[in-house]
Amino acid sequence: MNGPFYDFGWIGEEASLAFALFIGVAFGFFLERAGLGSAKKLSAQFYLKDMTVFKMMFTAIITAMIGVFWLNWFGMLHADMIYLTPTYVWPQVIGGLVFGVGFIVGGYCPGTSCVASATGSLDGMMNVVGLLLGILVFGEIYPWIEGFYTAGSMGQITFPKYFGLPSGLMVFILVLTALAGFWASEWIESKNAIK
Amino acid sequence: MKEQINNPKPYWNPYICGIGLGLVLLATFLVMGRGIGASGAMTSVVATGVQTVSKSHAEANTFYMGYLGDGTVHPLKDWLVFEVLGVLIGGFISGRLAGRNKIKIEKGPLITNNRRFLFAFVGGIIMAFGTKLARGCTSGQALTGGAMMNVGSWLFMIALFAGAYAMAGFVKRLWI
Repeated sequence: MNGPFYDFGWIGEEASLAFALFIGVAFGFFLERAGLGSAKKLSAQFYLKDMTVFKMMFTAIITAMIGVFWLNWFGMLHADMIYLTPTYVWPQVIGGLVFGVGFIVGGYCPGTSCVASATGSLDGMMNVVGLLLGILVFGEIYPWIEGFYTAGSMGQITFPKYFGLPSGLMVFILVLTALAGFWASEWIESKNAIK
Repeated sequence: MKEQINNPKPYWNPYICGIGLGLVLLATFLVMGRGIGASGAMTSVVATGVQTVSKSHAEANTFYMGYLGDGTVHPLKDWLVFEVLGVLIGGFISGRLAGRNKIKIEKGPLITNNRRFLFAFVGGIIMAFGTKLARGCTSGQALTGGAMMNVGSWLFMIALFAGAYAMAGFVKRLWI
C-alpha cells in the first residue's frame, strides 16, 4: 500500500472529508499550543522579540520535507503525484509582499485568524471579516487583473528541478539553512527577549 | 472555563509544535496527495455566497468558478472547508485545555479597541489580496509548498517576511 492513498483509491470521498476534519483539528491544536492564536505573539516576530513563528514554521517545513523524501525513497509515497501549485513569479512575489504588509497590520494570517477567533479574540474575528470582504473585492476585480495574475508563469517547478540538483542534496541544503536560522533565532531572542 | 482564566498554562515549545505540524502536513501528503490550507476555504465561502446572490454573475467569473466546480457537488462540501472547520475545533480544544479561551482583544498598550478593530479589518482586506494573488497563504503556499521545495512558494515566503519586516516599523504603535 503506497501513497497518496486518495489518488490510488484506497480511501473514498466521504472518508477524505472526515480525514480533512481530523487534520484540521490537529493543525489548529498545534497552532494554538505554540501561541500562534495570539496577535501579540505573531507580531512580535517582526520586532525580533519572539521568533516562534519562524521556528515553528521552518521546523514543520523541514519535518515534512524530510518525511516526503524518505517515504519517496522507500517507495511508500509517489512524491511526484503530490499536487504542486504552479509558479507565477510576479503575482507570487508581489502577493507575498502585500500579504506581509497585511499580516503585520492585521496581526494574523488566515489560519491563525481562525484559531484566534475560536479562542475568543474579537480582533481575530474582525480579521476574518476583513479577509472575506477582501476576497470578495478581489473576485470582483479579477477580470481586470487576470493578465497580472498569470504573469511570469514557470509551471509546476521545484528547486531540485530548477537548479538541476538531486532532491536529497537540496533537502540537505535547506535543512542546514533552517538549522542556521534556528541558531540565529535563539541568539536574537536571547538579546531582545521581552523582559 | 472560569477557574482557569486567570492562570493559563504556558505555551508548548515551538520546535515540538513544529514537528507536530510537520507530521500533520506529511500525513496529508501521504493520504491525500495534497497539502493543508486556510484561505482557500474562505474563498469557497465567498464564491458560494456570490453564487447564492447571483448565479449568472458568479458563473461569468473564472475566479469564482474555480471554487464552485461543475455543480455536481456542493461547493462547501470541499476538503479545505472541512479542514478549516477542524482548525476552529482544534484551536478551541487547545485553548480550552490551556485555559486560554475567553473573550479578548489582542493589541499593544497604546491604541484603543476601536482602532485595533479597524486595523484588524483593514489588515484582513490587504492580506486577502496578497493571498489571492499568490494562490495561497502561509498554510497553502509557505508550509505546503515550502515542504515540497516549490519555487513559487519559497518566493512567496521570502517576500512575505520582507513585506512584514519592511512595514513593521510603520505600525509599531499597534503592537508595542
